[in-house]
Amino acid sequence: MITSFHRTVRTALRALLRNILRSGLTTLGIVIGVAAVIGTMELGQGSSRAAQETIARMGANNLMIQPGTAASGGVSFGSGTQQTLTVQDAEILSQDGKSYLHSVAPVVRTRTQIVFGNRNWVPTYLYGTTPDFLEVREWDLEEGYCFTDQDVRNANQVCLVGMTVVRELFNGESPLDSEIRINNQPFKVIGVLVAKGANMVGIDQDDVILAPWTAIKFKVAGNSVANVNQSAAVKDDTSQQINTLSQRYPNQSPNLYPAQSLNQLVNTPLIDRRTNCDVIWARGLTGELMPEAKMQIGEILRRNHRLRAGVADDFNIRDMTEQNAALGATSKVMGNLLLGVAFISLVVGGVGIMNIMLVSVTERTREIGLRMAVGARRGDILRQFLTEAIILCMLGGALGIAVGRLGSLVMRWFLHWPTESSLPAIIASVTVSVLVGVIFGYYPAWKASRLDPIQALRYE
Amino acid sequence: MELIHLTDIRKNYGEGDAELCVLKGVSLTIQRGELVALMGASGSGKTTLMNLLGCLDRPTSGSYLLDGEEVTILSSDQQALLRSRKIGFVFQNFNLLPRTTALDNVLMPMEYAHSALSEREGRKRALHLLDQVGLSSRIYHEPARMSGGQQQRVAIARSLINNPVLLLADEPTGNLDSRTSQDILALFQQLNRSGLTIILVTHDQTVANHAQRIILMQDGLIRNDVRDVHTPTAIQPLTALPQNAP
Ligand SMILES: Nc1ncnc2c1ncn2[C@@H]1O[C@H](COP(=O)(O)OP(=O)(O)OP(=O)(O)O)[C@@H](O)[C@H]1O
Ligand SMILES: [Mg+2]
Repeated sequence: MITSFHRTVRTALRALLRNILRSGLTTLGIVIGVAAVIGTMELGQGSSRAAQETIARMGANNLMIQPGTAASGGVSFGSGTQQTLTVQDAEILSQDGKSYLHSVAPVVRTRTQIVFGNRNWVPTYLYGTTPDFLEVREWDLEEGYCFTDQDVRNANQVCLVGMTVVRELFNGESPLDSEIRINNQPFKVIGVLVAKGANMVGIDQDDVILAPWTAIKFKVAGNSVANVNQSAAVKDDTSQQINTLSQRYPNQSPNLYPAQSLNQLVNTPLIDRRTNCDVIWARGLTGELMPEAKMQIGEILRRNHRLRAGVADDFNIRDMTEQNAALGATSKVMGNLLLGVAFISLVVGGVGIMNIMLVSVTERTREIGLRMAVGARRGDILRQFLTEAIILCMLGGALGIAVGRLGSLVMRWFLHWPTESSLPAIIASVTVSVLVGVIFGYYPAWKASRLDPIQALRYE
Repeated sequence: MELIHLTDIRKNYGEGDAELCVLKGVSLTIQRGELVALMGASGSGKTTLMNLLGCLDRPTSGSYLLDGEEVTILSSDQQALLRSRKIGFVFQNFNLLPRTTALDNVLMPMEYAHSALSEREGRKRALHLLDQVGLSSRIYHEPARMSGGQQQRVAIARSLINNPVLLLADEPTGNLDSRTSQDILALFQQLNRSGLTIILVTHDQTVANHAQRIILMQDGLIRNDVRDVHTPTAIQPLTALPQNAP
């Protein structure tokens, strides 16, 4: 059995080698087809991976926890109008949510003018946060170093600036160790963030300044932006009164209640030591586990906020699932399209094989007659020609895999297209090329086996 | 001992009005170890008879016992097996595989023989046969680099590889000059002396004279069957003209 298989393969190889140029040209169709399949699948896989990475860089795995909605007399004031989130919430989330969350950072937002020398600018994002924010956003530093937890505890006036700020304030020169003034407070620039570009809705993410949240909250903002809303304008911030500069540059929020005197302040100390933050950023461990991450955040926050069952959440969680799905679907459609084209070229290659095999059967009619005369059965002839077709296709497939891999390497090196080696592509193309060999080789082989030995021997 | 026993073999081609009777009732017995020459005019049915004897074709009617076995009722696969075990063919146009060495050509029928011979034993046997036909110095030559006589000797070695009992040669010297023909015939006689039964078709009286028995066919029937080697003149070679050879 083994030896007869061995003999069949050897005979087929000899027959193919007898006309090596034609065998090579025949198999070219399969080579091109398989190379196309491999190339497109590797490119498809690479670009979908690249798309995923891009999405991730734009914050795909990010979750934003916003304070709940304030409502008064049936009038809802929109999300973030109630101050329910605290820095402590963020700390608890990062401690208890480790199974789904990579990192958590509280953010205090404000919007104010910054000044350096004779230039000034209002950054889109002026965030007070913790060093973990860079983890959450997967953000690296171009130069310098990040502020520390120590800086956060001491409310040190240091900051990191984004590329747009560097361009606008520093004319593109290195801002390290410069001192900028944020709302008239001096902040030392200790690091520069790498450029991130625009986010999914087109807002420049590099127009940013990051500083310890304590410094922003107690020395710059005075008030959280949420306080702009009158209904929620609760003064919980003592730094405001102590900071004399704020008297000269009054806060935008109107005072609904008369300012407390120092005596009153001393007599009624703030019982609630919790410090509010405007939003908590978190990063899930993987894109797939986002729903679970959201559930867990919800549980932890409800527990921490002591919400009874039936009471609505006093926060809400946003993620980027829809954008992810949309981008993923696009690259998938493109990949399938390319693959379809590649498979069509494989089929064309198969038709080429069939054509040449038919020619070969006609040309070798005498040989077939001779083989029958010396004792070959119809099955032997069928098997031999089928083996030839399959070997052609398999060799073509192997060559095609090599060419396809080479092609995708060339694409990566010279065109910088993202490609990724793909085992399924190789398995699929080997299977398909064998199938092509069987399907398109069968008819010529069958035709050969039906020849009449006497007629075949006499064939000129 | 009888090797071949034909009784009333008929072969018709076509059907209805176009029906053509090529063999009209041939009865024939050939003993083991005979060297038989088959002669006759072109179109008299020699090749048709040889095809039947070689189990390449089936008669329309009649019985054919080969080695005591009725072969007309065998399936085509069984006939193929029989051909590979008992029959060797030598053709007028040699029919070697192109771009294939003499050795590989000789080994080719072994692929279908299901013999007990191992690869190495088969190779040894092929080399021995090539030596026997005087081609030990041309083992790796391809047909394109050999003369007609050498090609025919490769074909004879090929026909012997599976150790047949019957060698059928249809005009084996038809494409060769008289000197080379002489060589081939000497080879046949040598093989015949070692026990092989040989039937050869020829148009050439001098070729036929090398056989111990000459069968003359005419119009689908056996007209004459002569066993005396030393009286070739008993046969009237009227119709056996060399220029009729294709
Ligand atoms: N396949 C076929 N179909 C129809 N008629 C055939 C077929 N094969 C042979 N014949 C006819 O049978 C007759 C005998 O043919 P055959 O080949 O046996 O002659 P032959 O004696 O070998 O002649 P030659 O000496 O020329 O080789 C011829 O008239 C031929 O036309
Ligand atoms: Mg003939």
